[in-house]
Amino acid sequence: MSPENVYQPYLMRIDRAVDEAPGIRTFRLLFEDEECGKNFRFKAGQFGEYSVFGEGESTFCIASSPTRTGYIECTFRQTGRVTSALAALDEGDILGFRGPYGNVFPVDEWKGKNLLFIAGGIALPPLRCVIWNALDLRENFGDVSIIYGARSVADLVYKHELEEWGKRDDVKLMTTVDPGGETPDWKGQVGFVPHVLEKANPSSENTIALVCGPPIMIKLTLPVLAKLGFAAGDTFTTLENRMKCGFGKCGRCNVGKYYVCVDGPVFTLEQLQTMPAEF
Amino acid sequence: MSETRSLRKQSIPSLLEKLEQNGQRIIAPQPAGPSGTPWFTDLDRERHIDLEQMTAVSPKSGLFPVVEEILRFRKDGKQVVIEGDKVKVQPTVLFGLRPCDARGLRILESIFQEGEPDVFLRERRAATTVVAFSCTAADPDCFCTSVGGGPGDTEGSDLLLSAIDDDHFLVEIVTPKGKELVELGAGLFEPAKESEQTKVLAAVPVRFPIADVLTKLPALFNLESFWQEQSLACLGCSTCAFVCPICSCFDLEDEADLKCGSRLRCWDSCGQRLFTLHASGHNPRSVQSQRWRQRVMHKFSYLPERGRKARGSAPAEGSTSLLGCVGCGRCSRSCPVDMNLIERLTAIAESDL
Repeated sequence: MSPENVYQPYLMRIDRAVDEAPGIRTFRLLFEDEECGKNFRFKAGQFGEYSVFGEGESTFCIASSPTRTGYIECTFRQTGRVTSALAALDEGDILGFRGPYGNVFPVDEWKGKNLLFIAGGIALPPLRCVIWNALDLRENFGDVSIIYGARSVADLVYKHELEEWGKRDDVKLMTTVDPGGETPDWKGQVGFVPHVLEKANPSSENTIALVCGPPIMIKLTLPVLAKLGFAAGDTFTTLENRMKCGFGKCGRCNVGKYYVCVDGPVFTLEQLQTMPAEF
Repeated sequence: MSETRSLRKQSIPSLLEKLEQNGQRIIAPQPAGPSGTPWFTDLDRERHIDLEQMTAVSPKSGLFPVVEEILRFRKDGKQVVIEGDKVKVQPTVLFGLRPCDARGLRILESIFQEGEPDVFLRERRAATTVVAFSCTAADPDCFCTSVGGGPGDTEGSDLLLSAIDDDHFLVEIVTPKGKELVELGAGLFEPAKESEQTKVLAAVPVRFPIADVLTKLPALFNLESFWQEQSLACLGCSTCAFVCPICSCFDLEDEADLKCGSRLRCWDSCGQRLFTLHASGHNPRSVQSQRWRQRVMHKFSYLPERGRKARGSAPAEGSTSLLGCVGCGRCSRSCPVDMNLIERLTAIAESDL
């Protein structure tokens, strides 16, 4: 295929594989072609199509920060044919990657602002990219707060990083698990993310809120944010519609006049309010 | 009017032969299957081209094949090699299209070239010459004139032929590519006689006011009962998308054995439940009425809106040049449960929300 073939993936080698939680893995990927790796650039919020040759492609965000170059990371849950084949790969194995696709979190416009991250379950990866992006440029931002919840302690992803963020003085981390999901030595909160957010009662002044999680969490979190005074234009999320091509052709992620793959995946609540609720 | 020639009807076989000798692949409507309904297929030896009946399926596969290999790979232990062939295209003549089909190809092209251009479609279009025939007859499902086209419309054609009498076609040379084709057929084309092409064109009445459809659609979105009523009969079979000259949603699938395989781009349809089903089980369009609404909204609201955005402010609100429909009527003709598009668009135009 000619290099202008938009469907042609980069070949990536799995440099490190980490089991995050039951069924959830993270791969650190290096470009087989070093030159490609050196020239590869992306921004927080963008995603890619990851493939196992012979099985197909799956869509995940780039979970590592653009401030850390030379590699990318992805975190995924084993669910269907492609993710099962991905999960069966190990360090040293080759997979395909197309990207980066989609729009970005406007991190550059947030200089001097406080950042409030709210994530649930497997939806921490897209925010982890922005969290490290902000922490690597820490002086550019005000307070950095993270509220992260999962069904149970075992289901929390990036456990080592949660520990690291918890120890930092310049990060306010709150972790929570659903009632019944706690272990005897659990030191975090017990309760659903929207309740924990309401109790934490963060100030909305000069603050950007970033929310990623399962639809039910987002649905119940948005009214709390509104009550706390967060403007719809300052509340960001990502849509996770099913995709195939990644560049606005295959029609799958079409929501109203938008294609999530090119006009998203990052949207403000203000934009979502003008869109048909097909996500 | 563009440059014209005259071509004797009996010269068509000689023209096709000359084109073939020149290395052109010819795709034309030929009877297929027991019903004898013409399909666009590679010209066979019999050369029974049927220019009278409407083909069951549009000619879009000439640019956008039902299944296309977009990648080939080989696996050797842990190594993977992506094979680097160039896109292979043969000079092709798409012959015997209707003006609506030719216009549809133009829209298909704009969808694939927006943003990241699709090299497969681009290369194939560049190697393709479109020879269309103006319509001298229309049936009750035809509605090209309601969506900005017409039976003698030249948009998307390189050459447009009109049967001006029993023996002759008036040939309109629409593009330089059309001119090249006329030059390849030198000796067959004669200077055009004075003629009035419009006299022979089919009368296709305007079936509904498209401006009303375009303005009413956005507000109708949330009226669930309306879409349920419109789609009550819909089986979700996607025949409409298969026969449509513009529907271009696709799937990407791998086919492989242990050693090698390919990645394929295959026609798909928003009418299918699996089209939008998330891995989590959540489905943004979980019922058929939402999928029918998507089909209508995408063609008559989202595509025009995107097109306006891509081209700046012009063309104006209500313009038909960016619709995802050319009024060929194939979806109505082939729907197994008679979901007639004219009736449904009329209901939208007449809705009083």
